[in-house]
Amino acid sequence: MKLENVQDAALVRQYMEGNEKGLETLIVRHKQRIYSFIFSKVMDRDITEDIFQDTFIKVIRTLKKGKYNEEGKFLPWVMRIAHNLVIDHFRRNKRMPKFQSRNDFDIFDVISDGEESMEFDMITSQVHEDVRRLVEELPEDQKEVLTMRIFKEMSFKEIAASTDVSINTALGRMRYALINLRKVIDKHNIVLTR
Amino acid sequence: MAKLYNESLPEPVKPTGPKKETINFLLSFSKALSVTRYKNMTFETFNN
Repeated sequence: MKLENVQDAALVRQYMEGNEKGLETLIVRHKQRIYSFIFSKVMDRDITEDIFQDTFIKVIRTLKKGKYNEEGKFLPWVMRIAHNLVIDHFRRNKRMPKFQSRNDFDIFDVISDGEESMEFDMITSQVHEDVRRLVEELPEDQKEVLTMRIFKEMSFKEIAASTDVSINTALGRMRYALINLRKVIDKHNIVLTR
Repeated sequence: MAKLYNESLPEPVKPTGPKKETINFLLSFSKALSVTRYKNMTFETFNN
């Protein structure tokens, strides 16, 4: 009788009795289903390969030690082992998350070493210069409040006291200053970003 | 200049089954592994 036609339980028994062909037949018979099951959970070929291998190492050890006692339920038993290993994988990954680079995206393209590049510095100073010029165009009272608030980081209470107006007036001037800045930016399609 | 980000799509792969090397490794592992029992103890040995 060909091994391909033998039931799982019989193949397991043969393997436990020393017939290595029994294991080969079992692996070939169920490899696709087990592999697909693992892949559907981890969605990564290499990890699937590792978990598939670990699954069958557990199967081999258990069978060789004669500890298998679920006759007739070989595939569900293997699937359960695979499932547990998948859970172990995610637990490990949670403790130590890994980032995978793909062909079209590499994390090193967007992370920096903490130092600004020359290009970044130039863009930043250009943006600052543009903002300064825009602020210069504002009416004097609005420019004064905005400068105190943004550049000198004064509170509105301090601004009110310093300019001898009420807090509400200082707030109103700040509001109009921002509205006017936005208007000019929109009107001239100025891009202030880096 | 504004930086443009886009989210990468998952790698479009289909499960093709384990590599032949993985199967061969498992079969070799199985052949090399022998288990010996002594009283309540179990010993695993690998024969290269």
